[in-house]
Amino acid sequence: MIDLTTQYLGLSLNNPLVASSSPLTGNLDDAKRLEDAGAAAIVLPSLFEESVLHEQKQLEKFVHSQALGNYEADSFQPVPADYNGELDNYLEHLQNLKSSLNIPIIASLNGISNSGWIDYGKEMMQAGADALELNVYYIAADPAQTGEEVEKHYIELLNRLREQISIPVTMKLSSQFSSVSNMVTRLQAAGANGVVLFNRFYQPDIDLDSLRIKPHLELSNPMESLLRIRWIALIRSHVELSLAATGGFHNVESIVKALLAGADAVYLCSVLLSKGPDYCGVLLQQLQQWLTDKEYESVLQMQGSVSQSCAIDPAAYEHSNYVNVIKSYHS
Amino acid sequence: MVSKIKTVTIDGNQAAATVAHLTNEVIAIYPITPASPMGEWADEWSSRKQPNLWGTVPDIVEMQSEAGAAGAIHGALQVGSLTTTFTASQGLLLMIPNMFKIAGELTPTVFHVAARSVAAQALSIFGDHSDVMTARSTGFALLASNSPQEAMDFALIAQAATLESRIPIIHFFDGFRTSHEVAKVISIDLSIIKQMIDPQHITAHRQRALSPEHPVLRGSSQNPDVFFQARESVNPYYIAMPGIVQKVMDQFATLSGRQYKLFDYVGADDAERIIILMGSGAETAHETVDYLTAQGEKVGLVKVHLFRPLDSTALLEAIPTSVTHIAVLDRTKEPGADGEPLYKDVLTTLAQDYCSDNSRFTAMPKIIGGRFGLSSKEFTPAMVKAVFDELDSVSPRNNFTVGIIDDVTQRSLDWDESYRTQANAETFQAVFYGLGSDGTVSANKNSIKIIGECTDKYVQGYFVYDSKKSGAVTISHLRFGDKHIRSAYLIGHGDADFIGCHQPVFLERYPMLDMAAENAIFLLNSSAPAEKVWQTLPEKMQQQIIDKHIKFYVIDAYKVAESTGMDKRINTIMQTCFFSISGILPKEQAIESIKQAVEKTYGKKGKRLVEFNFKAIDETLQNLFEVTVPEKNIPDKIGAHLKLQENIPVTATDFVKRVTAEIIAGRGDHIPVSLFPVDGSYPTGTAAYEKRNIALEVPVLDETLCTQCGKCPLVCPHGVIRSKAYDQSFVTNAPDSFKSMPIKGKDFEQTLHMTYQISPEDCTGCGLCADICPIHDKTNVSHKALNMVPYTPALREQEKLNWKFFLGLPEYERASVKSKTIKGAMLLQPLFEFSGACEGCGETPYIKLASQLFGDRMVVANATGCSSIYGGNLPTTPWTKNAEGRGPAWSNSLFEDNAEFGLGMRIALDKQKQYATELLQQLQPELDETLVTDILTADESSEEGIQQQRQRIQRLKNKLTSINKQEATELDTLAESLSRKSVWIIGGDGWAYDIGYGGLDHVLASGRDVNILVLDTEVYSNTGGQTSKATPRGAVAKFSAGGKPSPKKDLALLAMDYENVYVAHVAYGAKDIQTLHAFNEAEAYPGPSLIIAYSPCIAHGIDLKNNHQQQQLAVDSGHWPLFRYNPQNAKQGINPLHLDSKAPSIPYREFVETEIRFNMLWRTHPETAEKLLEQSQQDVLHRYHFYEQLAGLPWEAADANQPPHRKLATALNQQAQSSIQNNNENNPKSNETNTEQPS
Repeated sequence: MIDLTTQYLGLSLNNPLVASSSPLTGNLDDAKRLEDAGAAAIVLPSLFEESVLHEQKQLEKFVHSQALGNYEADSFQPVPADYNGELDNYLEHLQNLKSSLNIPIIASLNGISNSGWIDYGKEMMQAGADALELNVYYIAADPAQTGEEVEKHYIELLNRLREQISIPVTMKLSSQFSSVSNMVTRLQAAGANGVVLFNRFYQPDIDLDSLRIKPHLELSNPMESLLRIRWIALIRSHVELSLAATGGFHNVESIVKALLAGADAVYLCSVLLSKGPDYCGVLLQQLQQWLTDKEYESVLQMQGSVSQSCAIDPAAYEHSNYVNVIKSYHS
Repeated sequence: MVSKIKTVTIDGNQAAATVAHLTNEVIAIYPITPASPMGEWADEWSSRKQPNLWGTVPDIVEMQSEAGAAGAIHGALQVGSLTTTFTASQGLLLMIPNMFKIAGELTPTVFHVAARSVAAQALSIFGDHSDVMTARSTGFALLASNSPQEAMDFALIAQAATLESRIPIIHFFDGFRTSHEVAKVISIDLSIIKQMIDPQHITAHRQRALSPEHPVLRGSSQNPDVFFQARESVNPYYIAMPGIVQKVMDQFATLSGRQYKLFDYVGADDAERIIILMGSGAETAHETVDYLTAQGEKVGLVKVHLFRPLDSTALLEAIPTSVTHIAVLDRTKEPGADGEPLYKDVLTTLAQDYCSDNSRFTAMPKIIGGRFGLSSKEFTPAMVKAVFDELDSVSPRNNFTVGIIDDVTQRSLDWDESYRTQANAETFQAVFYGLGSDGTVSANKNSIKIIGECTDKYVQGYFVYDSKKSGAVTISHLRFGDKHIRSAYLIGHGDADFIGCHQPVFLERYPMLDMAAENAIFLLNSSAPAEKVWQTLPEKMQQQIIDKHIKFYVIDAYKVAESTGMDKRINTIMQTCFFSISGILPKEQAIESIKQAVEKTYGKKGKRLVEFNFKAIDETLQNLFEVTVPEKNIPDKIGAHLKLQENIPVTATDFVKRVTAEIIAGRGDHIPVSLFPVDGSYPTGTAAYEKRNIALEVPVLDETLCTQCGKCPLVCPHGVIRSKAYDQSFVTNAPDSFKSMPIKGKDFEQTLHMTYQISPEDCTGCGLCADICPIHDKTNVSHKALNMVPYTPALREQEKLNWKFFLGLPEYERASVKSKTIKGAMLLQPLFEFSGACEGCGETPYIKLASQLFGDRMVVANATGCSSIYGGNLPTTPWTKNAEGRGPAWSNSLFEDNAEFGLGMRIALDKQKQYATELLQQLQPELDETLVTDILTADESSEEGIQQQRQRIQRLKNKLTSINKQEATELDTLAESLSRKSVWIIGGDGWAYDIGYGGLDHVLASGRDVNILVLDTEVYSNTGGQTSKATPRGAVAKFSAGGKPSPKKDLALLAMDYENVYVAHVAYGAKDIQTLHAFNEAEAYPGPSLIIAYSPCIAHGIDLKNNHQQQQLAVDSGHWPLFRYNPQNAKQGINPLHLDSKAPSIPYREFVETEIRFNMLWRTHPETAEKLLEQSQQDVLHRYHFYEQLAGLPWEAADANQPPHRKLATALNQQAQSSIQNNNENNPKSNETNTEQPS
């Protein structure tokens, strides 16, 4: 029997396949199916700072404001005895998962400001999260802001979160850093237990009828996995922290490649959304088959075996791919 | 045993409701100001599962009217429940028939009444005793509370007394002055309440209950032989009642330490002059009597608590025998009576005593009666003093008034406005000017609570608002002191120790430093920095600051709010300023308390809000600056440029100048009686005088992009943006900045120009005009043909000039207008303009549209509600008239009778026309035959036809003057009825679906030519968002805190059941042209027409700048299908029902997620929310499918008298029969089975 176990964020996982943030992990029944299908851990959908803030401001405006300065209509909505905000619902879901599932549960926080929302991480920890993923949704659109400042902001957020919680923290990053390797190294120094490479942003789209901007999200495609594999291979030998690959991992081949490049875990999202949670089991079986066919003993054995430091042609990760690709295209 | 004192800082309504909720099992209510909060409190507590005294949660039921509530109460009482209600004014009047029954059957209950004026020459929501006095004959006892403390104490005393005595009680206190006054109240411990409510009496009540276990017949019908005797059988109970009440009061005193008497006397033991009164005025009189007796005056006061049954012995005992002069003050008016009720009762008591053998008095005291404080009119110590002075005069006047200037019947007493009691010097008094939306009132209520709960000080808060729903001005009056505060009147001129001005625009509107005392503190929120803010003050204010040695502070609260995430909410910031400079509490303690209050408000779930508030509090202190005040003002060097605004033009009528303008300026109290119309008729067109300048942004047109579609004037809720088409020659004299475009479109002469112009000073800045504008700049889509820009002083001056020029342009000839197009219809002058409705109101565009299309021939019956308030609340009205002097004639009768009111108008107009026609025919020989024939056969279906008829009538009137006959004189007065009049019955869903539905139904059935416009906000908007039967399933509203479980009533379908009613379901923000067609068709239809208009409202929990988007979502989701049902089509063989919107194209969830009224349920009851959402989704699909089937039925003229749903039912029935038959034929076995079924 091949040993599929892996260590991720200090957690022992039965295998490297993690169900990433998606509506599936936000639903208890689907989450159970994921576990049954063999997912080694699940990451909850992100609790968005923007969304929580919007909710609280709406409540302030329409519910808490009760003395409106009118003799007759001094208020409109009844003030409820209690209400469950997004955070409450999130924590309740987290607790339900913890009591129903045996695999580790990774909570996810998504925000940008260096403020009190970080405190929500503590509540997630108290609700039973095994680890926390900090998903910094930050679009550095301000031309006055330097890359250095942006990076500093990430570090500060991590520092604040680390002050609050004792469970492992992983940072979900975008690929848009001048130096991904340097950034990951600095995050490790600041106490990150892992990084997840790479985030896929919602991309705004233009509605051609109204000419208004509308958010848009498309499922990933398998080609996107290559970018992740490359960077994991490049980083693996420089850092100790956990590396997870996310974005475009739709088949066993890409999963194997990520592991060979040095990933400790591989996140699955689009593939499960399109093929259903049970497909995790299929991929797991295929992984096992591949390892069997290639006569590996364990996942551990293969992990990082084709990282840059171990690769047959390490330089190929850095530049020669480009030349080769162009040539092959023309030929 | 007196229990430990625990205080709460609450208002009178909450005080009374607390006890009522604790001591009852069933509470049936209907919202009415100012009693609504009592029902809302009770509902909130029950929705939180807060139990009553016996551990069960009272059942709260909202009925369709107060009459319904009274019926439900009567029923609940008859089967033995402890039952109560809360009401006021007209609401109490609607309960009266049942109250006779309840009292007649000796049924114990307490009705808590926030006493309010009964509508007479006008509606008024404010406090007096005219409502409770109408209930005197019902057999209910009348028990008066004079303060918030008493409202709580007497709520309990009443409950205990009614159970023991079996006499039902009206427990009343003054609307607003007591119901809404926030004060520090000693709460009643539960153990006291338990001891006060004797279980034996409850058991007795239950044993008397109707039950099939021991049946009786109650409520029989009696004949002359026995009714009288039976009526007299209750006498012993009424005789015993006062004694029971006093016994209960004594028991309460033992338990609580607060002793009350049926008649409480205060003042000198040897008083010679006394006043007798009840209600909050008694507190002011008490304060004044204390002050006067301290000065050695022999005066006193009897505070009446139990007015009915009147205990004459107790009343006499309360009056010192030394008294020689008595003034009895009533807070009500009974026109034609020779005195008001309390006066007459006192007079009778004293007279009976004096005539008896053992009178207490050696000489009959001189007794005079007077009226005070109608509709919350101020009643001050100066007025009390004036009454005592009158008693001291040689011939004290009877039937006097105090508090007004009566220059007609000369009944008013003069009073010295500068008179003050010592109380003034013993309290810290603060006045705050704010906007409804800026949180000033909530901050002040919070401050009162903090001071009330953190210190031993007594506190008082009273809040004065204008009647506008947009840009409402709030004036908060706060008092804090070491002694009990009895000052039930506003803070006077020269008395305020602190003045807070939370909006700089008020500097030019209110002479607020008139209120300031010597050495007062003035806090101003202004964007002007400390070193420059002095120059922004009006000169008079500068002088007052110098002369009164006022300390002046400034803060840019909006800047602090913006930088700390508070958006435009400045409440916490201004509150922090108040505490940090007023010295009322140690600063650190105050700030800590504010933070605690913030945490309590938002709690753990509003963590970010707590964070923002804390940040704002901390930054406030860094941004609050004291302004250096010059020792002596030199205006021309200081540079004051603001002056108090006076907007009334010289061309205004004398009435407007002497009355309207004075009310606008806040000087209404000083207008003498002689200036008022005796019948309550006021001129229209006055909103145009009230320039409020409340917009932060106003729309500016880019004429290079504008396609002249006309959508912006259509959607403007305030009639601020207008279009005019005029000959290009007028452009020559236009101001430079006036925007004029050659007209577009084949409907117009090409020599015309078109202008879209705003009235800047009337704009509220809602932005809906820019939102609806469909034209974008091709190179920059954020730039539209209409764009909101900051409202700067320069822009204000420029657009004022343009507006003036625009008004001078001629109106487009009505007869030439193509009113079936939006662009054409918008050339018609709105005769409804500049209302004070909420910014972005969803109702007013419909009313404005009707006024444009039909305003010059409209008579409006308007149900009470938002539309009657923004339509007819003084000082001004948005209803106006055109250059010819024609315009809508408007009236509000009641809430419940509006359909009948409008029908009465129609019947009368038709009768007048019929009589005029008869007279015309009689006079035909003496008139031009052609003229008569033309008048009688006139076609007035077009503007041109109407104009021609008006001209004929004018010719007729001219001729009639030369005919010396009574018939001619008669016809002259009725001639105008020969021209078409358009009757509009307008109201909200509370009226149409609930309280007025019976009448509405009757009017629909009448077949008469009326146009009914239901402004459907799906909730009682005017009284603050209570559930109506128009409220949709799943919506959270007051009385539906757990989401309304039942679906919205389909009023349109009910109306379609009458074969001859035109029905339209419209939403202008989703499909404006359908709305326009509906209005034109409804008015043209010669029978009853019903337009149900979707009206987004702030009560939905939406930002009204999204008004159009919400309408679109409502239509697209199927929540609000658009259709028209025109019975006239049926006669032509066309299906009368026409669907104007497509099948639901988005999930219902997408609609409800955008509105707090729905999505709140996901936060409180997620499972219920999902369940109700699923049902609602099915509802809308089924309804659309149903309507689709109806609209798709083939139609023949022979079907004309059959509504589609009946036709469909017939068709389906036939189909079913046929199917059964087929089944039976195909399956003989099933046929056999069927025959075995029991029939």
